[in-house]
Amino acid sequence: MRLARRLAIVFWAAAAALTSASCMREERGFRVSPPPSGRVQTVRLTDFQPGPAQPPEVTQNAYEENAYAVSEGKRLYEQMNCVGCHFHGGGGIGPALMDAHWIYGSDPSQIFSTIVQGRPNGMPSFRNKLNDDEVWKIAAYVRSLSGQVAKDVAPSRSDDMSGPPPESATEKKPPVKSGGIPKSAEMPK
Amino acid sequence: MPSQSALSPAGPQAGRIISLWWMMFYVTGAVFLIVMAFLMAALVRRRRPYGGAAADVPDVRPEPSGERRMSHVVLTGVALTVVILFVFLVRSYVTGRALDSLHEQDHLTVKVVGHQWWWEVSYDNATAAYTVTTANEIHIPVGRPVLFKLSSTDVIHSFWVPNLHGKTDLVPGHENVTWLKADREGVYRGQCAEFCGHQHAHMAFTVVVEPYEKFKAWYDAQLAAAQEPSTESQKQGRQVFLSSPCVMCHTVRGTDAGSRVGPDLTHVASRGTLAAGTLENTRGHLAGWVVDSQQIKPGNRMPPNNLEPADLQALLDYLQSLK
Repeated sequence: MRLARRLAIVFWAAAAALTSASCMREERGFRVSPPPSGRVQTVRLTDFQPGPAQPPEVTQNAYEENAYAVSEGKRLYEQMNCVGCHFHGGGGIGPALMDAHWIYGSDPSQIFSTIVQGRPNGMPSFRNKLNDDEVWKIAAYVRSLSGQVAKDVAPSRSDDMSGPPPESATEKKPPVKSGGIPKSAEMPK
Repeated sequence: MPSQSALSPAGPQAGRIISLWWMMFYVTGAVFLIVMAFLMAALVRRRRPYGGAAADVPDVRPEPSGERRMSHVVLTGVALTVVILFVFLVRSYVTGRALDSLHEQDHLTVKVVGHQWWWEVSYDNATAAYTVTTANEIHIPVGRPVLFKLSSTDVIHSFWVPNLHGKTDLVPGHENVTWLKADREGVYRGQCAEFCGHQHAHMAFTVVVEPYEKFKAWYDAQLAAAQEPSTESQKQGRQVFLSSPCVMCHTVRGTDAGSRVGPDLTHVASRGTLAAGTLENTRGHLAGWVVDSQQIKPGNRMPPNNLEPADLQALLDYLQSLK
């Protein structure tokens, strides 16, 4: 009897803890400060360098801890037609974003500069088309595609039909640096 | 301050609704008072003493004449209730039919599309070039029936101008229609009447009822492309507008900006409010809205814009010239 009561207390305490955690998820940071965009001017896109190795790029994007911002990133990802080339992460015309391979780096600041500056072989520049805030949201979403953001932050469903499992179910893939251009963007032989 | 009250009707439909409402109010008010009077009488009236015994023992012996009287009273009450409810039923049926009887050939058609959280308004015309698109402000001529075609792009909203008519929902993927007519000139405030998300409370619009000539003048002005910038600052402002993320969502007819995600800004300076009735349309409010709209209306789709001060001033000059 006593054991049952103890178990009940533990159960309700756990339930309360889980519930309060899920409340936090719905907290919407409308004015979270993303990293200053000036940071992007100094970002390195490659590990090749003369002399001793330097530590890799590490930038904290506050939007990666904000479920609302990541879902906004997802909305913009559709609206800005990222899906047109990268599809829902699987890639096709552009490289896949849900795998572990990163051509220009997996750090938020590297993704930011890839979106803003554009990249050879087809990635357009979104400079002056999106403002910094929106790009940081998209960058957060892009990282959620390969499970780089916490599971309770990543979107758990799509508003429309979509092949892959939800971003929140994606296992984290440690980034692998891969050079070159995606197979799909190679010159036809 | 525009009027927003169902108690001061400005059109035949709101007039019918309010007369039905007042009838129900008076009848149910009278019923309430009568019931309360009976209740008070029951509370106040002393109990009959029980044949000389202690006064606090109630008399529960059956009393045939009293029983009969009571059942007459109860039956009369039930019959009255049924009659009253039946009168309500007939009256509201008649009102409902009358509300829907406005179909006339000579009408104006206005399409309203609900967005989170603003109203897209376009005036239908057989010739596409005569279609006017604006936002959050509807002008209609006095005395002429207007057919509203309502739909939504995201969630369910509800179109409600209390001075003119009841509510009609805007449903995504489905076109609802409602008719209304305004008999009295004036500015009436409407708002979304179906909870639609974070800024549901800041989703208002105004209906301007004016004589036909004034309406026509407004319509022709809205039809024109955006005014060309006349000063250096306005020219620079247009450059800022066209080379910044503004163009990704907004339209200014006569320029390259043609996106329809956000409100049409071709004649933004002619409108009375900003952000769907949230702010008065002044230079300061406009500046605050452009730079940091998330502070004013958290969750809206407009992102913050960190513009250089000179660019911002030029942009404001340009936007304020779009009369």
